Amino acid sequence: MLVPVVILTLLGLMLGLMLGYAARVFAVEGNEVAAEIAAMMPGTNCGQCGLAGCGAAADALVAGAAPATVCPGGGAPLAQAIAAKLGLTLDLGGLADQGPKIAEVQEDICIGCARCLKGCPTDAIVGASKQIHGVLHQACTGCGACVTECPTGAIGLRPLPQTLQDWNWASPSFA
Amino acid sequence: MSEYLILLVSTALVNNVVMSKFLGLCPFMGVSKSMDSAFGMGLATTFVITVAVAASWVLDYFVLAPLGLQFLRILTFIVVIAATVQFIEAVIKKSMPALYQSLGIFLPLITTNCAVLGLALLTVQEGGSFLKSVVYGFGSALGFTLAMLMFAGLRERLALVRVPAALDGAPVSFILAGLLSLAFMGFAGLNFS
Amino acid sequence: MGILERLNGGRWGVHPHDDHKRPAADTPLRVMPLPAKLCVPLLQHVGAPAKPVVAVGDSVLRGQLIAAAQGAVSAPVHAPSSGVVTAIGPVTAPHPSGLPFDAITITLDGEDRALEAAGVDDPLALEPAEVTRRIADAGIVGLGGATFPSAPKAQLGRKLEVQTLVINGGECEPYLSSDDSVMRHRADDVIDGVRILMHAVGARTALVGIEDNKPEAIAAMREAARAFAAIRICPVPARYPMGSDRQLVEVLTGKQVPAGARTASIGVLVNNVSTCAAIHRALRHGEALYRRIVTVNGGAVAAPGNVLAPVGVLVEDLLAFVGLKEAPARLVMGGPMMGLALPHAQVPTVKACGGVLALTAAEIARPAPSACIRCGSCVKACPMGLQPLEIAARVRAGDYDGAASLQLDDCLACGCCAYVCPSNLPLVQSFQHAKGTLWARAQQKKRNALTRELADARRERLERDARERAEAAAKRKAARAAQQASAAAPGGQEMPS
Repeated sequence: MLVPVVILTLLGLMLGLMLGYAARVFAVEGNEVAAEIAAMMPGTNCGQCGLAGCGAAADALVAGAAPATVCPGGGAPLAQAIAAKLGLTLDLGGLADQGPKIAEVQEDICIGCARCLKGCPTDAIVGASKQIHGVLHQACTGCGACVTECPTGAIGLRPLPQTLQDWNWASPSFA
Repeated sequence: MSEYLILLVSTALVNNVVMSKFLGLCPFMGVSKSMDSAFGMGLATTFVITVAVAASWVLDYFVLAPLGLQFLRILTFIVVIAATVQFIEAVIKKSMPALYQSLGIFLPLITTNCAVLGLALLTVQEGGSFLKSVVYGFGSALGFTLAMLMFAGLRERLALVRVPAALDGAPVSFILAGLLSLAFMGFAGLNFS
Repeated sequence: MGILERLNGGRWGVHPHDDHKRPAADTPLRVMPLPAKLCVPLLQHVGAPAKPVVAVGDSVLRGQLIAAAQGAVSAPVHAPSSGVVTAIGPVTAPHPSGLPFDAITITLDGEDRALEAAGVDDPLALEPAEVTRRIADAGIVGLGGATFPSAPKAQLGRKLEVQTLVINGGECEPYLSSDDSVMRHRADDVIDGVRILMHAVGARTALVGIEDNKPEAIAAMREAARAFAAIRICPVPARYPMGSDRQLVEVLTGKQVPAGARTASIGVLVNNVSTCAAIHRALRHGEALYRRIVTVNGGAVAAPGNVLAPVGVLVEDLLAFVGLKEAPARLVMGGPMMGLALPHAQVPTVKACGGVLALTAAEIARPAPSACIRCGSCVKACPMGLQPLEIAARVRAGDYDGAASLQLDDCLACGCCAYVCPSNLPLVQSFQHAKGTLWARAQQKKRNALTRELADARRERLERDARERAEAAAKRKAARAAQQASAAAPGGQEMPS
């Protein structure tokens, strides 16, 4: 009766020591995957995902708490890249119908308070105090941070019109 | 020498652990979507099986058999296997994060891979020498990797073809596995004498 | 040539049984009477769109600059006839999407008053840089369809010391005969243009490749080139897509253009015969590129043939000139293989428009697609040596990266694979879709990188601002403390009341 107990205890002790040593040698600093995913993200910390910045979103993704489509700024390509990285199945349904958007200043309502300038994570709004503001199309990610800042409701998001350059052929139906 | 070669070939092909013993079907179906992860899984399992078989043989020959404690085999072997898997998980996590991600839950599940425990038990029951047991385990593990790779390659092709809706996904994969198993039956005709 | 290529290669392409080029090619060239209005697009070339230099209400003369080139790769646009600018803004583009693009609309006065044009008597005596400048000023772009501005192309050729010009008279697309017409009727112009271009590039020889289904053009060009030893007329087998630059270069020079590279990288520059004719007119007569020969063809056209038409004429007006037998089932700009289906007839033509087709329902009929039988016909037909069936299978499964790994980038979208496919699979469209998707992904990636850069710059600025504010506050505090200390020292501490 005693022998098996002793043997199993010894075995457990031995293997435990070995694993403890291995855990020390092969320790991984932080979560490398989360860091890699955070590097793939836009990095604006715009908060559209409802999480506290891109780092938090990456952590949530790795923990499985957020879907691959969590980042609206990154769009479908980022979602696909994340899904490929984490081996998730992707449902683009929620993302496809929105399409890219861009902020637009209604010049007749804008009072030039410059509050939106401070809120923009990419410095995409130009203007100064008492001057009507404008949006740089190239820099705007359509995150909507400025919309909540504006006291007069002069900033809204509008869908980006399709151009000849970004038009794409529809996927044909095979038999 | 030729004895060991025959042992290697017969364990890898004729008595393939997946295709004729039907052990280790869980990762065989689970991690065979892409060649890369199948290869990684194959390598990890090969390492675990070889180490586990060697450790089990030593444990059985020097501790359990002399003391007449053969009834402890399953218990001790599974502890050894679990420790080996934990060890290799730490190694892969450190050195190959991408593979670690793609293997996912199937990496810790090598512990419960019946192929590993099955081979550890089979080798000690056969009662061969240490070297023979290790070659037996290694050959079987090679056979496992081979089966994984072949199946993953076929499934990669399968993803591109049109499958009737009722059979799409898992059903056609099972049919494919069955056909592959039938093909492996051809090795039963090999005569080494 | 390896054994494999001997067995299988060199047999790329397709040869349609009836190329529908005649009788349109044999009819005499007609000049289109001036329509009521022209819509001259600003983007008729690869690169940045031209910038309008006229305003609504301005009167313009034929040949007058109406939009200037912007940036290194661009081309100016000229008024094709005299009249008044009535609009500058979006019109429907000749593109299947039906999306708008910017154009200058000119309501013609019918008088066709021309701007004083100054040609050069001996362009070959000019400096090559001056020749290139004049080509650029005339707004000449590649008229074969690629629409790359000719001047930067010549400059590139000069920089890379290109020795051989390949002049593309292939015109392999069925139905089209506008290049054929140029060579038949204006062979001397073409040869002169070739000589000017050789001078501009610094090339020693020019090989003019003409498909052997155009014996009249070959004869005319031979006659015109007789006096010039450096220009060789080379009949090539009529096989689609012989008019693709890579294929023509390989047939004429035996050299293969590497994947993803330009022909200039192997010391060859390819120019279309119509482009050469336009260069001749620009240099000798000072005439900008504002009109060209367009083939109007197809089963629905009453009098098919080649028409000298101004750039920017509406397809509607062009079809009215040649007459329609029946309502066309589909309008196509370009050839039937690579041309673009038009959303409707109210679209303008562009510089590179070599043909407008009005096709009947019978001509565009195509059986419904069925399953791929893996016959490999498409692999044999592909002029780029790709495996269309494998690429299409990956596109169908949504595996765009897998498609790209099979060299989807090298696909010319020539349509040979779809033409030979016994299952009628929409191969080309699936490749176009995949290319577009991959392009959009690359764009998004670039955009994300830019966003990240901007966000980082902002973070840095905010941190710097905060630091500077803190430092300034610390300094003020220190100054105040010093002041208080100096105030307190002589008079002791004053109690606040």
